Amino acid sequence: MEILVQTLADGLVIGAFYSLIALGYTMVFGIIKLLNFAHGDLYMLGAFVGYSLLSMIGGGDSGMGLFGILVVLLLTMVIVGIAGMGIERIAYRPLLLAPRLSILITAIGVSLFLENGAMIAWGAQYQVYPLQLSHAGINLFGATITYTQIGLVLISALLMLGLHLFINRTLYGKAMRAIAHDQTACQLMGINVHKVIGLTFFIGASLAAGAGTMAGAYYGTVNFMMGFIIGLKAFTAAVLGGIGSIPGAMLGGLLLGLMETAGTFVFGGSWKDVVAFSLLILILVLKPTGIMGEKVTERM
Amino acid sequence: MNGYRKKLPVVLLLLVAAILPFLANNYWLDVATLALFYIVLAQGLNVVVGFAGLLDLGYAAFFAVGAYTTGILMTVYGWSFWLTLPVSIALAAVVGVIIGAPTLRLRSDYLAIVTLGFGEIIRLLAINLSITGSASGIYGIPRPSIGSYVLAGQLDFYYLILVIAILAVLAVKRLGTSRIGRAWMYIREDEDAAEAMGINRINMKLLAYSIGAVIGSLAGSVFAVKMSAIAPLSFSFTQSIMILLAVVLGGLGSIPGVVLGAVLVITLPELLRSVEDWRYLIFGIALVAMMLFRPQGLWPARYDAGQAASGETEAALSGRGDDDVNVDAEKCNA
Repeated sequence: MEILVQTLADGLVIGAFYSLIALGYTMVFGIIKLLNFAHGDLYMLGAFVGYSLLSMIGGGDSGMGLFGILVVLLLTMVIVGIAGMGIERIAYRPLLLAPRLSILITAIGVSLFLENGAMIAWGAQYQVYPLQLSHAGINLFGATITYTQIGLVLISALLMLGLHLFINRTLYGKAMRAIAHDQTACQLMGINVHKVIGLTFFIGASLAAGAGTMAGAYYGTVNFMMGFIIGLKAFTAAVLGGIGSIPGAMLGGLLLGLMETAGTFVFGGSWKDVVAFSLLILILVLKPTGIMGEKVTERM
Repeated sequence: MNGYRKKLPVVLLLLVAAILPFLANNYWLDVATLALFYIVLAQGLNVVVGFAGLLDLGYAAFFAVGAYTTGILMTVYGWSFWLTLPVSIALAAVVGVIIGAPTLRLRSDYLAIVTLGFGEIIRLLAINLSITGSASGIYGIPRPSIGSYVLAGQLDFYYLILVIAILAVLAVKRLGTSRIGRAWMYIREDEDAAEAMGINRINMKLLAYSIGAVIGSLAGSVFAVKMSAIAPLSFSFTQSIMILLAVVLGGLGSIPGVVLGAVLVITLPELLRSVEDWRYLIFGIALVAMMLFRPQGLWPARYDAGQAASGETEAALSGRGDDDVNVDAEKCNA
């Protein structure tokens, strides 16, 4: 029982991070059918921007409290969101009509650029996050669930709820859903397609950045390569839930987090990535539409 | 004759490659050897990405399959190097089919991410399994020998890989202009139209993927005996990306372009030693800039359709035409 609860709690936190990143993948894929390989690096960028902002205001020991941390989180999300829009403008928009291979290769170039740019800017070593979160928590069936874990899951849930409302209740959300259906028709209806695509990148990037800052504070260290593996896993989560589907990405992320934590317990830590990637290949073979995905045509 | 004029640069290039060891010092000979490895790898990937248009982001995995197969068979079981070659080729082809068969039916972007995941799985397996020597890898791989002559020196391996590079270039060039090659390019340009013309797109893609795998594993086997020690670090994602960069930089589907791209990818970092940290940053920008401004590469592939049509004349139209119909009919039945 103790193990079960602990696995559930740890898995939920990791799963929340996966969900936030997977949302960006799935939104961008839904709207322009692009696998944004650089998306994991936006998570890394978020962790580093948060790191710099927190260092600037003096770290966790200045007694700025929860409010200060939330301001930093929001500021990071805005900065990285703008970076995401910039990437779309410079690297992806000119290639929207080019062969698919071109835009995929460009995305890899952007990923290389972000990783190595971060390495030059912040150094190649692991950096210790200037914020130490408390390890205090409540005891449930012998397992410890920290207040930090509860807080992180709550913030993630709030972000996802906000996104859900935005997509389903606002005009821009409606435009996004419409573009995912038929880009040309939207253009004819007077929707500024490029603006909406830019907005999608902004939201996707800022969600990933939020996950990055939270993960930096949760794990305590950040590194310029931290986005690579987690980007791949978040993609796995997006595919698991059904790529293109927003509730699917949320569900997929949580499921992957839980499965991975359980897998670590069963097979040991060095095998957890193998478990996640094998899962990815298995899903693609057995049910490429994922849990909540719509039936997609094979080619477009 | 036009043919001689076209062949002259190739002959000159081969001559330079043959006498290079006597002009260069040990350091540059090593760089040249590495460049030749990259030519083989990039040509293999060229079949997959350039001809068939399948983005493979885990190509280093096949390099690893070849290297580890040879390494394990030679150190643990004491096989001769030459006997390990067919095994590693067969293994790479099988692995290629296992990974390719389920995923090649999906959209091309899925293939990219699955190959990326597969590349990571192979690397993680190499780190975690005991038979692959864990993180420290396999060392003390014996030197191969031809008869009683043992290939041991830098020079021997330079010529060995030069021969393999020439064979790889020739094979890929012949493949590209063959019936299979034309089918690949058709699939790359328009899958639906290709299928409507009776091309089995799954089988053709699988063939491209497996041939790429075989060439990659061959390079891996030679790499294992050349270095005499292999470690998972050599087969990272960065390696896959560098090979891809060579193909993209030179020109997708272009044989001379890919050779040029491979040489550039290896020699440029040597020249950029002073700005080592910036290397991959520059490569990243180069990838984006190439796609934005010169997607066809530095030395683009030329498709002289007119020449081929007039060269093959009526034989192609009359005799070969019937064969084509028969083959396609067989495919339909199969």
